[in-house]
Amino acid sequence: MRSLLFLLITSPLTSRAAEKIVFNRDIRPLLSDKCFHCHGPDEKERKSGLRLDQRDSALKPAKSGAVAIVPGTPDQSELIARCFTSDEDDLMPPSKMGKPLTDREKALLKQWVAEGAEYQGHWAFIAPVKPTTPGPHSIDTFITARLAKEGLQPSPEADRATLIRRASLDLTGLPPTAAEVDAFEKDPSPNAYEKVVDRLLQSPHYGERMAMQWLDFARYADSHGFQTDSSRSMWPWRDWVIRSFNENKPFDQFTIEQIAGDLLPNATLDQKVATGFNRNHRINGEGGIIGEEWRIENIIDRVETTGFTWLALSLNCCRCHDHKFDPISQKEFYQLFSFFNNTSDRGTITGSSNRAGGNEDPVITVSDQATTLKLATMQKDIDAAKQQAAVARKDLVKLIAEWEPQALKNLVQAPNAWTPLQPTQVVSKLADKGAILSLQSDGSYLASGPNPANDTYLFDSPLPKDGVTAILLECLPDPSLPNQSLGRYSNGNFVLTDFDVFIQEPGGNPVKQTLARVAADYSQKGYEIEKILKRSSGKGWAIDGNSKKDPRRAMFVLQKPLQAPENTQILLRLRHEAIGGHNIGRFRLSSASAPPETLKLDGDMQLAAVKAILEIPTAKRSAKQKAELEKFFLANVDSAIKRANDLASAKQKALDDAKNKLPNVMVMEEMPQLRDAFILSRGEYDKPTIKVSMGLPAVLPPLPKGAPLNRLGLAKWLVSPSNPLTARVWVNRAWEKFFGYGLCKTTENLGSQAEYPVQPELLDWLAVEFMRSGWDMKALQKQLVMSQTYRQQSKVTPELVAKDPENRLLARGPRFRLAGELVRDQALALSGLLVPKIGGDSVRPYMPEGVWDETSKYGNLRGYKNDTGEGLYRRTMYTIWKRTAAPPTMLLFDSPSRELCTVKRSRTNTPLQALALLNEVTFVEAARALAQRIIQEGGSSPEARIAYGYRLVTARQPDADAKRILLAGLNQRLAEFKASPDSATKLINTGESKPDPSLNASELAAYTMTASVLLNLDRTITRD
Amino acid sequence: MTSSTLQLQDRLNRRAFLKHSGLALGSTALASQLAASPTHFAPKAKRIIYLFQSGAPSQMDLFDPKPQMEKHRGEDLPASIRLGQRLTGMTSGQKTFPVAPSMFKFAQHGQGGAWISELMPNISKIADELCFIRSMHTEAINHDPAITFCQTGSQLAGRPSIGSWLSYGLGSANRDLPAYVVLTSFGTGRREDQPLYVRLWSSGFLPTQHQGVKFRNVGDPVLYLSDPAGVDRGMRRGMLDELSALNQHDHQLFGDPEITARVAQYEMAFRMQASVPDLTDTSKEPQHVLDAYGPEVKTPGTYAANCLLARRLAERDVRFIQLFHMGWDHHGGLPNAIKGQCHDTDQPTAALIKDLKQRGLLDDTLIVWGGEFGRTIYSQGTLTETNYGRDHHPRCFTVFMAGAGVKKGTTYGETDDYCYNITRDPVHVHDLNATILHLLGINHERLTFPFQGRDYRLTDIHGSLVKGVIA
Repeated sequence: MRSLLFLLITSPLTSRAAEKIVFNRDIRPLLSDKCFHCHGPDEKERKSGLRLDQRDSALKPAKSGAVAIVPGTPDQSELIARCFTSDEDDLMPPSKMGKPLTDREKALLKQWVAEGAEYQGHWAFIAPVKPTTPGPHSIDTFITARLAKEGLQPSPEADRATLIRRASLDLTGLPPTAAEVDAFEKDPSPNAYEKVVDRLLQSPHYGERMAMQWLDFARYADSHGFQTDSSRSMWPWRDWVIRSFNENKPFDQFTIEQIAGDLLPNATLDQKVATGFNRNHRINGEGGIIGEEWRIENIIDRVETTGFTWLALSLNCCRCHDHKFDPISQKEFYQLFSFFNNTSDRGTITGSSNRAGGNEDPVITVSDQATTLKLATMQKDIDAAKQQAAVARKDLVKLIAEWEPQALKNLVQAPNAWTPLQPTQVVSKLADKGAILSLQSDGSYLASGPNPANDTYLFDSPLPKDGVTAILLECLPDPSLPNQSLGRYSNGNFVLTDFDVFIQEPGGNPVKQTLARVAADYSQKGYEIEKILKRSSGKGWAIDGNSKKDPRRAMFVLQKPLQAPENTQILLRLRHEAIGGHNIGRFRLSSASAPPETLKLDGDMQLAAVKAILEIPTAKRSAKQKAELEKFFLANVDSAIKRANDLASAKQKALDDAKNKLPNVMVMEEMPQLRDAFILSRGEYDKPTIKVSMGLPAVLPPLPKGAPLNRLGLAKWLVSPSNPLTARVWVNRAWEKFFGYGLCKTTENLGSQAEYPVQPELLDWLAVEFMRSGWDMKALQKQLVMSQTYRQQSKVTPELVAKDPENRLLARGPRFRLAGELVRDQALALSGLLVPKIGGDSVRPYMPEGVWDETSKYGNLRGYKNDTGEGLYRRTMYTIWKRTAAPPTMLLFDSPSRELCTVKRSRTNTPLQALALLNEVTFVEAARALAQRIIQEGGSSPEARIAYGYRLVTARQPDADAKRILLAGLNQRLAEFKASPDSATKLINTGESKPDPSLNASELAAYTMTASVLLNLDRTITRD
Repeated sequence: MTSSTLQLQDRLNRRAFLKHSGLALGSTALASQLAASPTHFAPKAKRIIYLFQSGAPSQMDLFDPKPQMEKHRGEDLPASIRLGQRLTGMTSGQKTFPVAPSMFKFAQHGQGGAWISELMPNISKIADELCFIRSMHTEAINHDPAITFCQTGSQLAGRPSIGSWLSYGLGSANRDLPAYVVLTSFGTGRREDQPLYVRLWSSGFLPTQHQGVKFRNVGDPVLYLSDPAGVDRGMRRGMLDELSALNQHDHQLFGDPEITARVAQYEMAFRMQASVPDLTDTSKEPQHVLDAYGPEVKTPGTYAANCLLARRLAERDVRFIQLFHMGWDHHGGLPNAIKGQCHDTDQPTAALIKDLKQRGLLDDTLIVWGGEFGRTIYSQGTLTETNYGRDHHPRCFTVFMAGAGVKKGTTYGETDDYCYNITRDPVHVHDLNATILHLLGINHERLTFPFQGRDYRLTDIHGSLVKGVIA
């Protein structure tokens, strides 16, 4: 196939045969793509000892005596001979490489050798410098000079409507309002456009627009990825990004805080939150994974992401070997690796966060000002309650003395232990579709046979004659159960959602009993036993059966002790309704009749001890015995002290709950001790070879003076003025955003394989200016959009298509399809449905049924239910992002899955996009809401309304042809909907928001279709 | 307009106007020279149906019998066999690794004498159509990286899937349907088994139009296929005509060829609104055909229903049809679970192959059946007379192929007595993928895409053709 570089070299942009060769422009891309693989930096791959990326080596005689390059004498140069030979054995590159040289490339090489075979360092590895041509410089002077060279003229400025729409979408991602367009069109002041640009740069939506791309770089998502792909919460980091762009945080600071904010002196909460950048990678939690393998993967991800995001280098290649094209060695890769190797995160996600969602340590809690204040007030309240409890406690000795006589009586009467119930029936409610429950020698029941999704065990027993105050459930491991654990799910876990107790008197109906409290000796995080009391939680009691296999006990204390006539039955119902297949595997049920306050999970051990103390006369009790008695009394016996304590505890619990509800975010945290790093053979975690320490690639400048040798130093190095890449990378991507392509088209890679920039001096000038401005991001954006180059109209002529098909020279304004997020945001904004709230947790807009559930039964991100109300209408960047089943419409519109750093999206045009824009609920509802606006705001005649709608959506006035086509369509559908009012009603009721009932349904439906036409126009989803 | 002229026109458009970002040069990579054939050499297969068995089926219970293991029942796996190879965290802590012979009976079938377990009675009957590779091996030991490796040639996310490579390399052979369709089903052997991920059919760094289109089991088979309530086909047609007229009008004003490309995409969308329901409507299939696929064929989203759909997709010249059947990850209770999986897949798989053959489609359709790795001979958890589990085993597993270009009625490769190590003719996942591409007329070393400064391919820098399985 034809390679990218071949096309570039032969394109009209660089074909200036008569000119002297420029190595970096004409020769390096060619040598890099076709020769360096075997004759480049990678020593292991190098053939015949010939190295062509360094002039000295290329000029040395080979073992055979032949010299690859003899400057000025192509006829004596083996390189030239090998390129031109017709001998298949000698031909270079060998035909099996599949990268033959074209005639033109051969001619270029020959000319280059004839001209002296001058080399240049790779342009992107040399610090950018100010242009040598006389100033003053501006984007436009560079562009017009180059156009003149090609015999081209810039295009005239676009009309104001087009211009304000272009700038609004580029800077805020939202279309201008009709009023904004009007105001701009009517503004006679010479700086009318600049005022618009300044307003847009001050808009809080500017930060959102800028952050969108950064989320792709940062592989941001709301899930961990991999098998379970449960939820995480990193949105406080996303808020930080939006805020930073809005505050115009200089790019160097923006960088330092994200790479190493935690290491800054006296790091603020915000600076720590910023380091979430490098925790946004996926975290694996699959059963049986080897922790170190995935810790290493995460660190490699960080190196690669840093490489792509800041340096536009494919450092990932050096994971396994020296780079094939760039002078970066495998050792240097692992030196970079060691900067990120000293954080305390484990590398895998385990336990409840893996299943039920949550962040993996280290995390930091984030709280806004109002919440902080509220928490402080609660704390004061607790302090006061504790004070009161302390006062009440003064009466302790007196209260115990009052309680003792009755206590001794009660405890003497109390039976000693939990007694196993003697059931008459233990079966699954699902009969032969449920578990077979068989009695074991220890009185427990073991489940076997079918394991349905949600089994319920029925346990019927005569009510013990002493009555019942509580039930004890013991769950036991068994070798026959999965994982030899306690539950029947394949990992050995269970989730008990309900423990229902009924009593049934002879001839009567079962009467449900209320549980006063529950307790368990162990609960899985997020599946506490108390969940059983809250039926609505949708959860239950689980015990980490996949990793812990010890017997577990849970106690269910009844509100009222049960005493009933003879032959009364106690009916217990164990229900498992949380997650499919999580049924208990083996269990035993016992009852107690002792006073509830004396009941303990472990039976009567404590009770016996207390009884023994009570039997000792008060005066003879030891200090230890007194203390034990006090402890028992305080914990179990109702008194003024207990009530005061309970109140304080309840308040404390409320505070703890509030604190637990605060969002946290995963951050970077350096360990005090460095972890050893090694070169990993073939990049495999279990094949360490030579030990390495932190260091930077030799081809790039060293650490700036005074910077520490750690992550903070690395961050400072990235944005030091001597670093040749970072500023170029950022301005080149900014250029790409506004003009469709970077000045160097390969914005993802500025290494040796990069395109030679179409305007290298302009790229350098922008980079130098950017640094000189103090990395001022808003200034850079303004500089670009204020240029005349940006403001040109985008009309294409056949001549221009022929001369410059991709518009690299910019003899016209750029025209390209909007990013997926913007397509949806724009429809919401135009229809008036958009809820423009900025920041916060992710939301759940409409999503077709089954997207999460058709491919997974793992993790907590299942059973998607869309939000109601504002969550449906927030900007797309806030849509919850599950990596293994990403928002489907976004994937159709070229979004990456966010599983890893992506710095460039493709821009395609497909039938599936058409279907989404025509039929997806959001777009149909938006069309209806837009139609409503058109009818209500657009005047009374169809002509006026059509013109209004067209103007609203495209910012421009329709011409006579467009009006005619739209009007004919409207009339046609008006007739159709009038004939079929049911269809009209159905259409206008799409979506959650309701149509205005005062509008005629058929008319609204007809306008809805017209609005849909407008939203589907090429010029609507294109920014031109 | 025929499909080939469509493709040709597409290429011409692309060449004339290299839009679609710097990455998307030419929608069909191999065709960029406007050669008469879009392939490197004459293809044996025009299309492929890849029946992916997700979760990793147990090779020694299905296709690689080890009767001699009965003598060693319960014995610890010898160190001379294990050779210190790594185990997953699920069994690395086990005190012993008791050998668990398969409970299932094997017999030889067909003239080729292929050994097949009693669990697969229908597959057994078509043994002579099949080519078993018992010596597959892979690098990953956990599901996510392993299945990603099979699909993309890399354990980590980000590379294009095999179907996307084929879409990119060969383009679509039809004008109304996507080139790459994915169908998924849950297994009844283990209902809550390993999940699937969109990355498995993602186009990675290839342009997005090459991503697999996953047909959905609920609602519209293709996302957003149905018009909104209240809009009928006539109205949609009228609306699209209006949209097209406006876009053409804008094309005259702006001259951007992308506008006409968009008009064409809307037309394709309209055609899909008819062609997809026509495809998924199996009500006119004769009863004997439905019966052949088994009773579940009538339940959408089952493997059986998907097999029938696969045949209908093949008839309509969809290039890459991929089924994923979940539920093969049997760490415990394997005998029971595998019965469920085989019940799901045995009859429909055999019916699909026979159905294709009867229609003459097997001659130019390649079938591949297999999972992401194999399973251990030793039992995970307690071994009893009637129960055992098996952990992940990347060192060997079995896949089978059928159809175009495949050496039928043969078994390739061998494993040791413990079904633990390969003793003859190892086939790496890259080798299998190279062979699949070869059968479709593609040299795997030459189907490349430049990304981040490097020419990437499905087989990375590896892969050799498995000549022994090619007819």
